[in-house]
Amino acid sequence: MEILVCVKRVPDSAENEISVSSDGRDIKREDLVYSVNEWDNYAVEEAIQIVEREGGNVTVVSIGDAGAEEIVRREMAMGANQGVLITDPAFEGSDGLGTAKVLKAAANRAKYDLILTGAQADDGAGQVGGMLAALLDWPYASLVNRIERKDDATLRIGREIEGGNQEINDIDTPCVLSIQTGINEPRYVGIRGIRKVASLEVPVLDSAALGVNDAGAAAAKVRRVDYFVPELGAGAEMLEGSTEELADKVVGLLKAKGAIK
Amino acid sequence: MTQLFFLLVALAGLGTFTWIIVRRVQPLLHAAPDPRFNDIPRRIQLVLKLWLAQWRQPRYLLAGVLHIVVFFGFLILAARSTELVILGIVPDFSLHLGRWYDITKEIAGLAVLAAVVILAIRRAFFRPARYTGHTTEALLVLGMIATLMVSELVYSRTGSLAAYTIHDITFFTFLCFLPMGKHFHVITSLFNVFFMRLRPGNVKPVKYGVTDLDSLPSLGVKKFEDFTWKHILDFYSCADCGRCSDRCPANRVKRPLSPRNISIKCREAAFAQYPIVGVRQAPSPVVGAGQGQAGAPVLHEDEIWSCTTCGACEEECPIGIEYIDKIVDLRRGMVDDGLVPQSLQKPMSALEKRGNPWGKLEKNRAAWAAKMDVKLVEKGETAETLYFVDSMTSYDDRMQKIAQATARVLAKASVDFAVIGKDEKDSGHDVRRFGEEMLFEALKEQNAEAIRSSEAKKIVVSDPHALNALRNDYDGMPPVQHISEVIAENVNKLTFKPLDSAKTYTYHDPCYLGRHNNTYDAPRTAIDCIPGLKRVEMKGNCRDRSFCCGGGGLMLFYEPEEEQRMGVVRVRQAADAGADVIVTACPFCLTNIEDAIKVAGLEGKMEAIDLVELVDQQT
Repeated sequence: MEILVCVKRVPDSAENEISVSSDGRDIKREDLVYSVNEWDNYAVEEAIQIVEREGGNVTVVSIGDAGAEEIVRREMAMGANQGVLITDPAFEGSDGLGTAKVLKAAANRAKYDLILTGAQADDGAGQVGGMLAALLDWPYASLVNRIERKDDATLRIGREIEGGNQEINDIDTPCVLSIQTGINEPRYVGIRGIRKVASLEVPVLDSAALGVNDAGAAAAKVRRVDYFVPELGAGAEMLEGSTEELADKVVGLLKAKGAIK
Repeated sequence: MTQLFFLLVALAGLGTFTWIIVRRVQPLLHAAPDPRFNDIPRRIQLVLKLWLAQWRQPRYLLAGVLHIVVFFGFLILAARSTELVILGIVPDFSLHLGRWYDITKEIAGLAVLAAVVILAIRRAFFRPARYTGHTTEALLVLGMIATLMVSELVYSRTGSLAAYTIHDITFFTFLCFLPMGKHFHVITSLFNVFFMRLRPGNVKPVKYGVTDLDSLPSLGVKKFEDFTWKHILDFYSCADCGRCSDRCPANRVKRPLSPRNISIKCREAAFAQYPIVGVRQAPSPVVGAGQGQAGAPVLHEDEIWSCTTCGACEEECPIGIEYIDKIVDLRRGMVDDGLVPQSLQKPMSALEKRGNPWGKLEKNRAAWAAKMDVKLVEKGETAETLYFVDSMTSYDDRMQKIAQATARVLAKASVDFAVIGKDEKDSGHDVRRFGEEMLFEALKEQNAEAIRSSEAKKIVVSDPHALNALRNDYDGMPPVQHISEVIAENVNKLTFKPLDSAKTYTYHDPCYLGRHNNTYDAPRTAIDCIPGLKRVEMKGNCRDRSFCCGGGGLMLFYEPEEEQRMGVVRVRQAADAGADVIVTACPFCLTNIEDAIKVAGLEGKMEAIDLVELVDQQT
């Protein structure tokens, strides 16, 4: 199976203290460190496991500045066979549709049976997977937490439904699936793994190579106008008492709100 | 005719024994290198103490004393047995051991017989919980020993050919049976003690003689032959006494780890893979997820991640079997294959990027000192002493109080000190012990550079994990001291105020201050300087038998399967000792113990404080 996985470089909240910049248009970026978006990492692991079972190739693609090469290499160190970096100042400021157009062009450069994206990104809107499927005119399933092969042309997939319920679907290939965390346990990649793939070539593509002219800030039809941390509202109830009393109160509240039965 | 028969028995016995030993040595020849011929005088000293004087045996008193009786009985009777074997082949042969020897060996024979009877009764009817298996094997061996003793006594008195024959055949059967299981230690323990680990605290390099890790195709233990020969000798030497597992905190709280079982499972794997008769078998993977079925890994992943590297097992083993290096090597193998629990991946990634496991900002590393008069290397200030804070104490809200108390106590003791600030990274102590050697190397290099450029002549730490890393894992560092040692050395410069409290205090030895760095007295000296403070010991669970709080470093992030927290067991031990306050000297111990007090429902009845906080309060 030929699988393309779309990955994004994001400031991981586990590795950063995120705060909003003084102009309120973005987060403070000077002290940020970046990593691969968590959902995308699960998608790559799933692709690698499928290829380990069925054979084929995993290609990872990322749109970003030169720094995004770091996460492409990290996913190659995990076991992806190839990586592609798409970088062009013209693509900066793309909305979801713009990003999907660029990825569509990347997807059309080879024949893929399956495209995986993360269900969402730390800093994203959860829209690219669906748009990419629509642009390709491929079927799409979101929040996928299980993938099995049904037959040559069909996958049987599980989807996580609100409330923790599970839905099972059959989907024809080629298709696009957006992957939920927890579908697998992604393998660890350390410094040694990254060094091992340091000499592999990661081709870099730009708008000319892809033939995409209608992405980027100018083409964006969704524009961010504000960015802020919501003020702490009233309504938070501070529980008091000993540890055991607190535990009883929490259990009582969770039962009252239907979270546990 | 009988001479010929006994000659044949001896030849068959010795021949079989030699064959078995040659086969048993095979895995050692295929194993990883392990240079153990350094410091021979120290090794001889250990053999005299641990092997000949059976130094650790009485730590379990009854079993220990009985073992000593059997051990010395065997040593004494060895000459007589040799004489007897030859006597069957060469009539009237004698070693001329003399009358005193005859009396001694009579007493030894009777004493061993008595000990064997008690051991058999104990094994069969009053079995201590730490003996979990191999009862048939144990009773069989005790039976053989008893047969040897009785037949020797009978033969010596009567000259009975039947008694001689029974002794001769039992002797060679016993000899050839030893290398089949846990009684191999009768032969190997001498060597195992001689070659035992000399440097406490330290972790073995990934591969001896290799510094460029990138040149290695694989890191850590993945297949059996990745163990070093000494580690395989350890497996052979395990007597299954269970003392390691009895003292193992992970085993106590029912984590899926029992050090003894690691030795036994690996020994069985070695025997299966390298059989006495027949060709080498296909190896099973050493560590992985599956268990039970054929071809399943010998050890389970969770077993290997469950260890806090507290060192209680190694402290207890009467014959110097080591576990931490094996656990670390197994983890290195899993890390190399990407098999790292999800709960550890984020802190490892944050350590790689930010130098601390929470992804906190580097520039806030010395934020705890913001309102204090503390010299910062990041501002170009220097001092003779460097206070290396490490991540937990730098960033954790509660533990920052330890940093502040340390700074005040150093000032009171007139120590001129500075703190690195943003260029200090996590010491990597537990990164290394969790098997991420490459990340450890990266952190070590950054810290070593920051420490060198600070031009400090001495280092002080308040975190025993940092102490152990800088002292035993790093090379070429200035001398490192824990704050408790600094306090104990400077008690004359400090004025201690009397304690205005009737509470009873107890001291919890952190593993990496006590067992791994042999610092037991300095913290007690410091506490005992406080007038009016009543201190009790957690008898049986203090000093080198201290019970781990639950582990530090990355262990804080690991989510083990366990019935209860180690910290809860520890807090109950303190309560049983009659203490109201647990004094410790490690930020991880303090975190685990403070949490455990809540979990144990002892809030308001028990409290925890760091030694340096206590000293700061009382000076």
